[in-house]
Amino acid sequence: MSETGVHSAAIHERAEKAMGDAHLQEAYRSSTLRLYSHRLEAIGKVPGFEPLRDRARELKREVMDHLDEYLAQFADSVERQGGKVHWARTAKEACDIVKEIVKSAGADEVVKSKSMVGEEIELNHALEAVGIDAVETDLGEMIVQLSGERPAHIVAPAIHKTRHDVSDLFVEKLRSDRTEDPEHLTAIARKTLREIFARAGVGVSGANFAVANTGSIVTIENEGNIRLCTTAPRVHVALVGIEKIIPRFSDLGVFLRLLGRSATGQKLTSYTSILTGPRRPGEDGPDEMHVVLIDNGRTGALADEKMREALYCIRCGACLNTCPVYRKIGGHAYGWVYSGPIGALITPQFVGLKQARELPFASSLCGACREVCPVRINIPDLLLHLRGQAQDRTPAVPHAGEVVSERKGMRLWAWAMKRPWAYSLGGAAVRFGIRWLPSAGGSGARKWISRLPMFPFSNWTKGRDFPEPDQVPFRKRWEKFSRQD
Amino acid sequence: MANKSPKVALFITCLGDQFFPQVGESVVRILRRVGATVTFNPQQTCCGQPAFNTGYRDEAREVAVRNLDLFEDADYVVAPSGSCSTMFRVFYPELFADEPELLRKSERLRGRFYEFSEFLVKVMKAEDLGASFPHRVAYHDSCHLLRELGVESEPRKLIQSVKGLELVDLQDNQVCCGFGGTFSVKFPDVSVAMARDKLRAAADAGAEYLVANDAGCLMHLEGYIHREKIPIQTLHLAELLEKHE
Repeated sequence: MSETGVHSAAIHERAEKAMGDAHLQEAYRSSTLRLYSHRLEAIGKVPGFEPLRDRARELKREVMDHLDEYLAQFADSVERQGGKVHWARTAKEACDIVKEIVKSAGADEVVKSKSMVGEEIELNHALEAVGIDAVETDLGEMIVQLSGERPAHIVAPAIHKTRHDVSDLFVEKLRSDRTEDPEHLTAIARKTLREIFARAGVGVSGANFAVANTGSIVTIENEGNIRLCTTAPRVHVALVGIEKIIPRFSDLGVFLRLLGRSATGQKLTSYTSILTGPRRPGEDGPDEMHVVLIDNGRTGALADEKMREALYCIRCGACLNTCPVYRKIGGHAYGWVYSGPIGALITPQFVGLKQARELPFASSLCGACREVCPVRINIPDLLLHLRGQAQDRTPAVPHAGEVVSERKGMRLWAWAMKRPWAYSLGGAAVRFGIRWLPSAGGSGARKWISRLPMFPFSNWTKGRDFPEPDQVPFRKRWEKFSRQD
Repeated sequence: MANKSPKVALFITCLGDQFFPQVGESVVRILRRVGATVTFNPQQTCCGQPAFNTGYRDEAREVAVRNLDLFEDADYVVAPSGSCSTMFRVFYPELFADEPELLRKSERLRGRFYEFSEFLVKVMKAEDLGASFPHRVAYHDSCHLLRELGVESEPRKLIQSVKGLELVDLQDNQVCCGFGGTFSVKFPDVSVAMARDKLRAAADAGAEYLVANDAGCLMHLEGYIHREKIPIQTLHLAELLEKHE
């Protein structure tokens, strides 16, 4: 694996492969549709859902515009509650901090709850490298870990797996009895995990929100494993991307009402945990609470006034469920931990545009994502912005079979479009040249071409025919109208 | 109708000009019928979206900048395309955000620029154009028209006024057809799979015709129909509004 392993240029091959897998296609289709419908149903029942989105967006804007102040306030609040704050500029720094904490705790086993930033910094690999076992305790994450994969969805990591797949996996890896009953499968996972919970010295979690004025870490979940991870072990480490800050405890309600509904269509998830400092005398909970605040490219996005908006994301995954491209190519095609429309936006911020340059192009820019985003991130607009940055700042990867580079092609195109005579001449040339191409037969007066030469045109006819231009373009036909007027 | 006939400049769009000139003819005849005086400036070519959509802002800007001056003498500019209208109305102001003079021009143009169905219903207050077409028809909401311009009811009003026509509901009618500009050739498999879903929905709805307002979507869908020999025909809205069956 390379440093980040994104390889965005390979997204085409990965997408193609996913599209050829009928089993995978069905898994994505049914699961995204289910989540999508649940969201629709849930938001339909909330009066004032739209103003709630406006409010959340407003709050996120407020935080991002003054992130330095809010972070300082949050750090102070955590320390005041007896927690310890660590600052990590990069993924490596974050991993090193966690390694140190685990070592100091004398532990060689860590229980982890689902954390996208944990995936982002590849903490499990870093811990394994120094002999520390990190066990994922979220059912979906556990499945993904057992099968040696990355999460395929921000909220539902194992969305690409059917219960048949999970059954096979458990038989193979956990030597369990074969069952396809979801309840039995969950019971198998629970039994395996309980033993580990009981002995692990350190629990690592993510955070859905970090409250600046109280220093609280807020997590939401349905399985209860986060609550166990953050309270049973002696030491709790919370991994927090610096964009997770919300200003005040009183703002939490706005986000909780949005997040569950947008993600899974739930009013509230089964568990909402608010963790404020380690345990006090006479209370349950961890002796130590560490909060690792992680930058890893976020301040870069913050500095770009336009891209800053991408940091408003509360990781609900609604944009994935509604995206017609994600529904087809699935999460793994994007090549890293964040997928779908929001993944195409934030991955370049975290790993650099050069590595992720193809991701912003993996969208038809239909705008369905913006429609469902609880904080109204203008995703298609930001994707366009990133496409511009990609062309300006990073070298394009030449396509196999490319005769003229895309940039040269666009230059030539622009040159012609500025000159109506050249534009018309181009049209005439296509009309003339197309006569020699293989015809797919005509429907009515029009001839259709079954195979165009030369990339990118050849890609059009991979699954579609191409219409021959009309013999008499409109501008010639206009003459008769102008005489009538 | 107002006493004075509004002067409407037609922006035919490059795809309309080269591939769907008959749509342009229908548009001109319909606009005249509702009382507009139509002009066509032959200096026009493309709105610049292919470059803009692919991230080539400089190239898009070069092409766009000359369009700012082509329609000065018209009361309105009308295009038979939601996507090209979006380019003028939404993306030009963005493209020229840092150039005050050009930004002013693009904003003046924005206020006068309409997509075809939107212009008929909103400005000319015309819904029933006297067409009759006794067929089952589905309408495809093209994404830019629907989400960037918010034009959803106008085409439906026009379609529902066609005598004998049955407008059938398309399952997932707001899902993209997969064209997406250069997306169609950058991710051809995904693009085509999305067309397949759209046409399956049309077939399930029992549609004989699929109507849309954008040449891009139509070319893409028609290309797939032709390849797969699907018994559904596509029509641009302007063509439908001239049917007398």
